[in-house]
Amino acid sequence: MDKTNLSASAALQYRAAPGPPPRLLFIGRMDAHGIGPLWAPVLARAEQLIQAAQVAEAEAPSGAEPLNAGEPPAGGRVLHLDLSAVEYCDGAGAALLHRLMQLAEGRGVTLRLQGMTEGIAGHLRPYREAESVVPARSPQAVPWTQRLRRGVAAVGHEIHVQVAFIGEYSLAVASALWNPRQVRWGDTFRVAEAAGFQALPIVSLIAFLLGVILAFQSAIAMRQFGAEIFVADLVSISLLRELAPLMMAILLAGRTGAAFAAEIGTMKVNEEINALSTMGLDPVRFLVVPKILAGIFVAPLLTLYANLIGLFGAALVMRGFGIPMVTFFNQVSGAVDLSDLGTGLFKAAVFGLLVSSVGCLRGLQTGNGAEAVGRATTSAVVSAIILIVVADGLFAVLFFQLGI
Amino acid sequence: MNAAEQKPSPDGTRRPEAVQNGIGPNSSRPNRSGPIIRVQGLTMGFGSMVIMEDLNFTVQSGEIFVILGGSGSGKSTLLKHMIGLYPPMAGQILIEDIDMSRAEGTERETLLKRVGVSYQMGALFGSMTLLENVRLPLEVHTMLPLAAMNAIARAKLQLVGLGAFSDFMPAEISGGMQKRAAIARAMALDPAVLFLDEPSAGLDPITSAELDQLIQRLAASLGMTLVIVTHELESIFAIADRVIMLDKETRSIVAEGDPRQLRDTADHPWVRRFLRRGVIEDQSA
Repeated sequence: MDKTNLSASAALQYRAAPGPPPRLLFIGRMDAHGIGPLWAPVLARAEQLIQAAQVAEAEAPSGAEPLNAGEPPAGGRVLHLDLSAVEYCDGAGAALLHRLMQLAEGRGVTLRLQGMTEGIAGHLRPYREAESVVPARSPQAVPWTQRLRRGVAAVGHEIHVQVAFIGEYSLAVASALWNPRQVRWGDTFRVAEAAGFQALPIVSLIAFLLGVILAFQSAIAMRQFGAEIFVADLVSISLLRELAPLMMAILLAGRTGAAFAAEIGTMKVNEEINALSTMGLDPVRFLVVPKILAGIFVAPLLTLYANLIGLFGAALVMRGFGIPMVTFFNQVSGAVDLSDLGTGLFKAAVFGLLVSSVGCLRGLQTGNGAEAVGRATTSAVVSAIILIVVADGLFAVLFFQLGI
Repeated sequence: MNAAEQKPSPDGTRRPEAVQNGIGPNSSRPNRSGPIIRVQGLTMGFGSMVIMEDLNFTVQSGEIFVILGGSGSGKSTLLKHMIGLYPPMAGQILIEDIDMSRAEGTERETLLKRVGVSYQMGALFGSMTLLENVRLPLEVHTMLPLAAMNAIARAKLQLVGLGAFSDFMPAEISGGMQKRAAIARAMALDPAVLFLDEPSAGLDPITSAELDQLIQRLAASLGMTLVIVTHELESIFAIADRVIMLDKETRSIVAEGDPRQLRDTADHPWVRRFLRRGVIEDQSA
């Protein structure tokens, strides 16, 4: 009988005879499908038979071969595995046989096989070989103090890298602006279009809803004092100085910073960055500077646009509260001046620099493989948001001190 | 590679020697039971661009079948059609009499368990260790307990000489090791047919030879059918039972048969030249 015939389709069955000699008989196909549900019951039954074998001395039937190579012939404890009725055995079947062998060896019982074929032996060989394999790297337990120390050091290193990176890239951008012919303006405008123009729909939606929500929530409270008109002051100052730059920066981080990290990260994985370097092209000038310039240009423009849409949304809400649009915008023009708008746009430009820089940094720090690209992308967004919030706090203090 | 790979196959034959003796490399191999793959009237391409037209060939069960052709001739595309990734423009590909491109539901799932694929770049999942990569098909397609799946995965890794690296991430091992790990993953379910896309491309000669031995062992002792896309002539002559050669000019198969015979006696001069590594025959001889 050809026991490696793949076309056989009988399900696996087993029979156990306590003996003497104790015997385990397999019938049918020893494949993953058949082995799955029988794994635990077969091992449990084999345990019982091994216990029975420990009290029985049996003669090996003719044709039986000792499986445990190198061992002396069975003294008194023998378990017979009969594979004569096995129609097919693959790696899963061999896994079960190997487990039975381990079980028997562990209890000092000799396993004898009947009906062993070259095919089954071929499948069993790697299991036997794997027993003696020494892992190339054994996992070592690291004490928590050491892990804590490494963690703190990693955070310190990370802060150092980010600060150094932003400084380095700010210099690269300043140098590029000093020598505009060095800048790849085509790439810069292409990136700016993707980061700016193509973001207008989502910016419109967010800015409009921001204005609406801000106006509506504050108007409810203000109405109790008959001061609805001051909603225009509140909304305009909040939007121009704080909320529009902040929201646009976060949007830029999620949309554009992530894209920068993924693009450069994939290029790193595909060794395109190495190719640039070996061709004598500076990856920073070639890839990073256009993206950072685009970020710096686009963020204030998006913020300006968000200001307009947000104020329009607020005006619409205030109309519902009986304040005409003309009155609303007159109030706005009295409440804010160019310094409010300017500080907001300046902050947006800095946020744009931070978002695009950290997106490029994370891309260039990408390791190997698809997962590394995912990590880089996530890290780009998280780092950008942290930097934005920290920078915003610093700006608040700075503008207060400067009296702007 | 492990020591076992240096040993003769269990049936006592060394296939390269059999070749030297003029005996077909598979002459001693069991389990030949007719065609396992039938490609009938296959036309393949993308959009309106036709790459190959009306291909007809069979792959016998248990043989090592190699797809050859010049760069851009559509070898890998043919392989991807055979494993059902691309739908044919016309014709059909039957694996164990099931049309791969039209199989759905349980039939498709059953068929997917019967084939294993190793891709050009390995395509290991970077977030998993080698053991987890190899275990994945078992988790998806079987109900084996975790201990059994781990034992099988370790054995497969051992089979390709990576038993000691089961806890490594793909990024931590070399490209050659990644390819071998990918073959181990492709073998996890002991498929009837193993498709290998450029298995030895980019490997050093020793690793490449070890891979050839592994392929021979899979066919000889485990009875697998192997369909391989490769350019490595040395490998082809060492392991292939039969080859087909694709020609992008005529968009058809220009040669089919034993590679050693084709090298010497093929009608098509381009085929002879291809199999002689571009050496132009002396016309005056």
